[in-house]
Amino acid sequence: MEQHYPLFYTFNFYFFGVVSIASALAFVTRKSPVAAALWLVNTMFSLAALFVMLDAQFIGVMQVLVYAGAIMVVFLFVVMLLNLGHPSEIADTRGKWPAFAAVVIGIAMLSMIMTISRGRIAGELQVPSGFAAQQLGKYGAIGTVARPLFNEYLLAFELTSVLLLVAIAGAVVLGRRREADAR
Amino acid sequence: MLAESLALSAVLFTIGVVGVLVRRNAIIIFMCVELMLNAVNLTFVAFSRYYGAEGQVFVVFVMTVAAAEAAVGLAIIISIFRHQQSINLQNINLLKG
Repeated sequence: MEQHYPLFYTFNFYFFGVVSIASALAFVTRKSPVAAALWLVNTMFSLAALFVMLDAQFIGVMQVLVYAGAIMVVFLFVVMLLNLGHPSEIADTRGKWPAFAAVVIGIAMLSMIMTISRGRIAGELQVPSGFAAQQLGKYGAIGTVARPLFNEYLLAFELTSVLLLVAIAGAVVLGRRREADAR
Repeated sequence: MLAESLALSAVLFTIGVVGVLVRRNAIIIFMCVELMLNAVNLTFVAFSRYYGAEGQVFVVFVMTVAAAEAAVGLAIIISIFRHQQSINLQNINLLKG
């Protein structure tokens, strides 16, 4: 199952992995919301690079366009709208005990996930080695995603549009200034 | 590269969880949730190499849900800010007994 990878590929994989972890750590520890958002954008860009390396070019493009482009811009827009760009003068982290609990929970989760990821993949579920590259050559980067999306998952795809419509209506209703507040 | 991807995704998810637990700024907590969703996306993409392209379809769905969640959540944050003049979660304790 594990095929041999060129040194360049392995080096880039580890490079972007380390960059994404370092940016995520910087993101969690920044006081200013703007700095945190920009570090998170950095994490998302390196994840997009990893997606491309894992034969998911379309997902990588979507990651840059939707996540780093649209969602993070909305976050920064709200930060600007509420004038929250300055680091808050009161302490932004919780007290000692929640932080301690967070570290313990984090270590427990990490060990749990590591244990699970060591498990073996059932052989009969696996597609043959090189299947992804073969699909990519046959249908192209977008067709690989689009074929299942518009065949097996068509109903879910249509329901997603309803979800987006509900989200738009909800955001407008919640964000609207009511008559009583305006006075 | 499957094991490496899963390990990286576990680390990123854990950083997100710790951020949610430790920070008090509502916007930063929201961004931590986005980081957790990203970590799960990495798992999907890594597995999609071995189980077929359905994993990538699920990533598309996760991204849609994340966009919807960000829109509604930020609207809620804006309306909380109008009432409280703050988005520090320490001040939002109406339901505390």
